[in-house]
Amino acid sequence: MIVFQQIDQVFVTAKHYAVELAPIEWQSIISVLLSIIPILAVFPLLFAITTILERKGLGRIQNRYGPNRVGPYGALQPVADGLKTLFKESVQPRAAEKVLFFLAPVILVIPALLAYSVIPYGRNMVPLEMDAALLFFFAVGAGTELAVFMAGWASRNKYSLLGAMRAIAQMLSYEIPLILSAVPVVMLSGTLSPTGIVAAQDNYTATIAHWNLFKPWGFAGFILFLIAASAESNRSPFDLPEGESEIIAGYYIEYSGFKFALFFLGEYLGLFAICGLGITLFLGGYTAPFSFLNWIPSWLWFFGKLFALICFFIWVRGTMPRVRMDQLMNFAWKFMLPMALINILAAAAWRFVPMPGFRWIVSALIVVSGYLLLGQGLTHKAHYIKRTYKFAT
Amino acid sequence: MSPLQAYLGVSAILFAIGFGGVVTRRNAIVVLMGIELMLNAANLNFIAFWKFGITNNAAGYVFVLFSIAIAAAESAVGLALVILIYRHYKTTNIDETTRLHG
Amino acid sequence: MPASFYILALFTIMSAFCAMSLRNLVHCALCLALAFLGIAGLFLYLNAGFVAFAQILVYVGAVAILIVFAILLTRNAEKNEAKATSSLFFSIPLTVAIAAILLNAGFSTSLRSSATAATAPSVRELGTLLMTSYVVPLEIIGVLLTVALLGAIVLALPERPEAT
Repeated sequence: MIVFQQIDQVFVTAKHYAVELAPIEWQSIISVLLSIIPILAVFPLLFAITTILERKGLGRIQNRYGPNRVGPYGALQPVADGLKTLFKESVQPRAAEKVLFFLAPVILVIPALLAYSVIPYGRNMVPLEMDAALLFFFAVGAGTELAVFMAGWASRNKYSLLGAMRAIAQMLSYEIPLILSAVPVVMLSGTLSPTGIVAAQDNYTATIAHWNLFKPWGFAGFILFLIAASAESNRSPFDLPEGESEIIAGYYIEYSGFKFALFFLGEYLGLFAICGLGITLFLGGYTAPFSFLNWIPSWLWFFGKLFALICFFIWVRGTMPRVRMDQLMNFAWKFMLPMALINILAAAAWRFVPMPGFRWIVSALIVVSGYLLLGQGLTHKAHYIKRTYKFAT
Repeated sequence: MSPLQAYLGVSAILFAIGFGGVVTRRNAIVVLMGIELMLNAANLNFIAFWKFGITNNAAGYVFVLFSIAIAAAESAVGLALVILIYRHYKTTNIDETTRLHG
Repeated sequence: MPASFYILALFTIMSAFCAMSLRNLVHCALCLALAFLGIAGLFLYLNAGFVAFAQILVYVGAVAILIVFAILLTRNAEKNEAKATSSLFFSIPLTVAIAAILLNAGFSTSLRSSATAATAPSVRELGTLLMTSYVVPLEIIGVLLTVALLGAIVLALPERPEAT
C-alpha cells in the first residue's frame, strides 16, 4: 500500500527534492519552473500523439487507413508534419496589418497555456492553487476570442473576416452554457477551487465513487459541458468557422508555415484544457471510479480519462455532420441555455430534498422533463421523413 | 509616495484620458470607449480605497463587482443605440446627429 | 512601490492614450482591451483576485468584443470622415484641468490611509456577503441585466417593412 502511495506522489517528492537542492534565493523561481516545464513538455507531446491518433481514427471510421507510410503504422507522422511545417515559407499578404498578423497566433496560444495552471493532474499536483481558480480558467478562455478576431481582421480578407465573426459568435454563444453547466458543480461542492471540487468527489459508497457524473444533474451537466466544449474549440460538428469544405480555413486562411502550426497547436491545447476541466468538474479529477482500483496512481487516472475524452471527441468528429450556423445559434440559445438553467434547478432539488432515495427521483424528473419539453419546442416544426439509402444496400 | 497615492494618481490620469476621449473624438463608438475607461478608473479608485482606506469592510470590493456588471449592461445598450443611429443617419459622427437641434 | 508597478501603470496609461487617439477604430478597440488587461493587472497587485478575473471575463471577454462587433457593423461611415476629432482648443485644457483636480485631491495631505492593508474576502465570504448584506443590489442587478439585454436586442432588431 505504501509503495502505491509513493508511486502516486513520485512527481511531488521529486520536485521537492530538486527545489531543496537549489540555493535559498532561487528556490521560488526553481519551484515555479519545475511546475511549468513538465506541462510545456507533456501537452505538446500529447498534441503530437493526438494528431496521428485522430487521422488514423478518422480514417478507420471512414473505412480507409490513416497515414501509414512514415513509421511503423504511421507513428512517426507527427515528426514529418512538424518538419514540413517548419520548412514551409511563412507568406504574409502585402496588405495585411503586420503587427496584428504576427501577434494573433501568439495571443491564441498564451491563454490556452495559462489555463493549464489550475487543473489538478494528480493528488497534490496542481501548479497554482487559487481560491477563484475556476473563474481564472474561464477568464483566460475569453482571451482566445480576441485572438481569433485579430487573426481574421489582420488578414484583410473578406472570407477571413467572415470566418472570424462566425467563430466569435459561436464561441460567445457557447461560453454561457459552458459556464452555466459548471455552476451546479460549484453550488454543490461549495468552492470554486478545483482541488476542493475533486476532494468533494473523493468519497466512496459501496465501492462506487461520488463522481458528479453519476448524479442526474451531473450527467446532464456533463453532456452540456461536452457539447459546449466542442463548440468552444471549433471542433466538429461545430467547425463551421474552419469548415474545410466551405471557407477553407476560415480565420486562418492567410497563415502558413509556423504561424499555422501555432493556430493548430493553440486549438488542440485549448481542447485539452477544457477536457481537463471537464474531468475535474464531472469525472472526479484524479480519483478512481471504484474504491478497489485506488492503488493505480492518480496522475495515471487523470491522463487515462483525458485520453478517453480525446477518443470520444475524435469519434464524434468522424460520425456527425457539420451543423449550420443558424442551427448552431438556435441550439445554443434555445436549447442549451434553458437546459443549463433547468440543470441548476435540478441540482438545487438534489441539495434540498430531504430523503436520500427520493432526491434522485426528483432531480432526474426535473432534468428529463426539461429535456423533453425543450426538445419538443425545438423540433415541433421539423418534419422528418423516413431515410432512404440510395447507395448502401 | 504612499501606495494609496500611487493608485489614486493612476486612476486620475486614466479618468482624465477617458474624459479627453469623450470630449474630443467625434465617433460615437470612441465616445463609448472613453466612458468605459472612466468607469474602469473609478473601479480602480474603489479598490484602492478598499485596500488602503481606514474603514475595514468589503463594501468597495462588492461595489466594484456590481459596477462591472452595470458597465457591461450600459455598453450593450449604448452600442445597440449606436447601431440604430447608424441605420438612420448612415453615419456614426455625433456632430451630425443634430435633428433635434433647436 | 516596486518598479514592476510603475511599468504596469505606464503600460495601462499608454494603452488608454492610444485607445483614445488612434485613427483606425479597430486599433483603438484593441488598445482598449490592453488597457482593461492592465487595469486587471493593477487589481491583482492589490490582491483583489476575484475582481481582476471578473474584469477580464466581462470587459476583455465581452465588452471589448461587443465594441469590435459594433465597429464592424458600422464600417461604411468611417471611409469619408474628414476629421476624427472636434476642436482640440477646448478639450485639452478641460482634460488637463480635470486631471489636475483629481491629482490634487489624491495627493492631498488630509487623505488618511490606514497602515494595515485589507485582506481580500475569500470566495465563501464573498458569497455570504452577496447573499446577506448585499442581496438587494444583487437582485436589482439581475433585473437590470435582463432588462438591458432585452432592450439591446429589441433596439438592434432589423426593422420589418410596414405591411401596406
